[in-house]
Amino acid sequence: MNDTILEMRGITKTFPGVKALQDVNLDVRAGEILAVVGENGAGKSTLMKVLSGVYPFGDYSGEIRYFGQENRFSGIHDSERVGIVIIHQELALVPLLSIAENIFLGNEQARFGVIDWNLVRTKAAALLRKVGLREDPDTLVTNIGTGKQQLVEIAKALAKDVKLLILDEPTASLSEKDSEALLNLLLEFKAQGMSCILISHKLNEVKKVADRVTVIRDGRTIETMDKDAITEDRIITSMVGRSLEDRYPARTPKIGETIFEVKNWVVHHPIHPERQIIKGINLNVRKGEVVGIAGLMGAGRTEFAMSVFGRSYGTGISGEVYLHGKPADTSTVGRAIDAGLAYATEDRKTYGLNLIDHIKHNVTLAHLQGVSRSGVIDDMAEVKVANDYRRRTNIRSSSVYQITGNLSGGNQQKVVLSKWLFSKPDVLILDEPTRGIDVGAKYEIYGIINQLADEGKGVLVISSEMPELLGICDRIYVLNEGRIVGELGREEASQEKIMRAIVRGEERAVQ
Amino acid sequence: MSTETAPSTVNSGKASMQDAIKENLREYGLVLALVVIMLFFGYMTNGILFLPVNLTNVVLQNSYIIVMALGMLLVIVAGHIDLSVGAVAGFVGAVAAILMVDFGVNPLLAGLLCIALGGAIGGVQGYFIAFMKIPSFIVTLAGMLVFKGLLLNVLSGRSVGPFPPLFQLLSAGFIPDVIGRWTIVAPTLNAAGNPMPGTGIVLHSTTMVIGVLIVAVMLYFALASRRSRESHGYNAEPFVFFVLKNLVLAGIILFLMYKFASFRGLPNVLVVMGLLIGVFVFVTKRMTFGRRIYAMGGNEKASKLSGIHTERLTFMIFVIMGMLAALAGLIYSARLNMATPKAGAGLELDVIAAVFVGGASALGGVGQVMGAVIGAFIMGVMNNGMGIMGINIDWQQVIKGLVLLGAVAFDLYNKKKA
Repeated sequence: MNDTILEMRGITKTFPGVKALQDVNLDVRAGEILAVVGENGAGKSTLMKVLSGVYPFGDYSGEIRYFGQENRFSGIHDSERVGIVIIHQELALVPLLSIAENIFLGNEQARFGVIDWNLVRTKAAALLRKVGLREDPDTLVTNIGTGKQQLVEIAKALAKDVKLLILDEPTASLSEKDSEALLNLLLEFKAQGMSCILISHKLNEVKKVADRVTVIRDGRTIETMDKDAITEDRIITSMVGRSLEDRYPARTPKIGETIFEVKNWVVHHPIHPERQIIKGINLNVRKGEVVGIAGLMGAGRTEFAMSVFGRSYGTGISGEVYLHGKPADTSTVGRAIDAGLAYATEDRKTYGLNLIDHIKHNVTLAHLQGVSRSGVIDDMAEVKVANDYRRRTNIRSSSVYQITGNLSGGNQQKVVLSKWLFSKPDVLILDEPTRGIDVGAKYEIYGIINQLADEGKGVLVISSEMPELLGICDRIYVLNEGRIVGELGREEASQEKIMRAIVRGEERAVQ
Repeated sequence: MSTETAPSTVNSGKASMQDAIKENLREYGLVLALVVIMLFFGYMTNGILFLPVNLTNVVLQNSYIIVMALGMLLVIVAGHIDLSVGAVAGFVGAVAAILMVDFGVNPLLAGLLCIALGGAIGGVQGYFIAFMKIPSFIVTLAGMLVFKGLLLNVLSGRSVGPFPPLFQLLSAGFIPDVIGRWTIVAPTLNAAGNPMPGTGIVLHSTTMVIGVLIVAVMLYFALASRRSRESHGYNAEPFVFFVLKNLVLAGIILFLMYKFASFRGLPNVLVVMGLLIGVFVFVTKRMTFGRRIYAMGGNEKASKLSGIHTERLTFMIFVIMGMLAALAGLIYSARLNMATPKAGAGLELDVIAAVFVGGASALGGVGQVMGAVIGAFIMGVMNNGMGIMGINIDWQQVIKGLVLLGAVAFDLYNKKKA
């Protein structure tokens, strides 16, 4: 046991009215990767905030021993001083500062307040080499992709002489390739003796890199399993407290005639109009059908969906949209909604919700005419609608008056879905509907999708998780570099075939 | 029909007394603050503050601030700011004076023209903000300089006045007493046979009747909304608390009405203000237009993707702001009975301060019409009270600044705790 560097014993943390953590135990050994998994709202983030001193000593009860010594952090500075660094899910980089400036933000290489820029660049370059990022340290962070930004965050942590690195959902917004690179980097750090806590929803990643897994549910530690005991099924069982026979609810598709069709869709980049982002896409969705769009990050999936939905992305858009076989006007969001289209965004915090307002107001926002007459809102009708959808999508909250910013990711996603269900669409485009939410909530959302299809609506699902697409879709389009490079029916579709279509598409692009 | 909803009512139970007090303290905290401030200054000024003539004065002095605060609330909730309102008010007041005094235009027509002019000014600024995406701070800062300049230009250094009597009524007039005066205690007559001031109680009975009607309507709606909530099975506050709260509010209203009635009745401008406040409360609380403003201020991108025409909405908010600034300019110049080159200078700061004291968030998405109105009265009563006490204007500024800072700090502290 003497190689244990961190021990958290009996951590209990209460918020007014709720016990967020109850007697949680966790330990990390030298040079290992410990995965912490649990549903959203299970208390993982709270636990990490306790560990990193965001909640200072006295705010919680329990004991934190680090290298055998009891630690009482009063702030994040204290934890960083002893080498505990946390990288949050939402990156904390300043977009308009350079990579080097970001790496040393709050840790400036200065003497008497005067920055030694040469030292900064040299050190930054060395750190970038360590994390395998080939970029000039003077490049502005806004000009590099999310994957590279994640590496800058890690370089920033390394600059603080990190001994225990905590990563909260580091691959949530990364493509498969970038995720792969990041995970390999973690393994490399591990080989050099660094310890790491990885919070993740992606069980395949956990299985790949973790030495041990600690499962947290409802604010308690459920179990910790060693490497050879880790299986996805076992993790899921402990996470949700029941075994999930099937991760995807069964459905017998009843597919009707074509309800939604896009022809020759072309979109140009909003800032560089000479660049074509979507290069002539044709696709269709039939009644009662769930259709997936697969593709790598940057393939143009979100851009396609948003440009169709009220031209919310891009310039120089051309092509036709048909709903029920008739040409539909989707040139503004309002018209697209009226035509029977709905688009639930991949980024619920930026594009989906008014986080400072409550559930009720968010649910009705896209269809206020449904609860009002001549511009006057009927409060009781609105309450009723909000309660109906809260029940229907199983939003866990104290009431419809709970502020959406305080809900967990899964419940926020259900509010977004409720909003679009209430707009009574015929066709729903769901962009990454299960991103960053836990297994239990995912299952519920698949259930909602199935129900929509059973009601005879058309559903178009964009997802980066191929197993998810394979699990719920009747048909999958593969998108790459703004083109459809493959179309696979439920029977023939497989991860391999999707990847092959993407690679073939890339080969064609090279020629 | 309530059998289905009954279980949920039982489950969550009636809201407890404690919850109700907490909830209402948040909602009526500002009213309470205003009452405390009024009592404080009432005491410090030996009751002068509460003299009918002085209360009437407080209303007249702050009417144009409150009119503009209504528009500013929309602007700030939408996530913007308007620095030009003072200059626009001054400019429009000058245009009104020139129309009426120099060209002899009918006061009503001139007033309508001026409000249209204000709407047009707001529209131009709104165009740059909404469609050209120039930050409102910059556009309206430019507007402030432009209209300050134009005000000097159209007046070319002179003051224009006096206004036709009909126009003066806007700020100096009181509603007619159609019922007739109501003598409760006959005043003592002096040697010349005229009533001595401060003796006897003679009431403007129309004002009292209106006061009673307002209270009746308020109570009716309070009861109706409580019934509706209960019949739908949602929590209502404890009945005792509900009665107490409404009695206190009714008492305050009747007390103020009594004060007005024992002077010259309701000032015309208070009627205008009251109607506007009512309209704005309704629009922000009950109408889709208002809801969309809050949504846009809370998250513009999400609102846009929910089908809200954010550009058009922003544009309309600035048109409304311009019209209210124009109306305020009319009230202001009617009160002075002339247009001066310095009219409206610095008013924008009082207006913005009122909205923030009233609990609006500088980040947008949060704020209430009644909050802004009470915020304006808090600042107004302090001005008035400190003036009566003879505190120097320099210290008045310092104290007002600290109150603004303190109010917002207190608000944030409360929100953090909640």
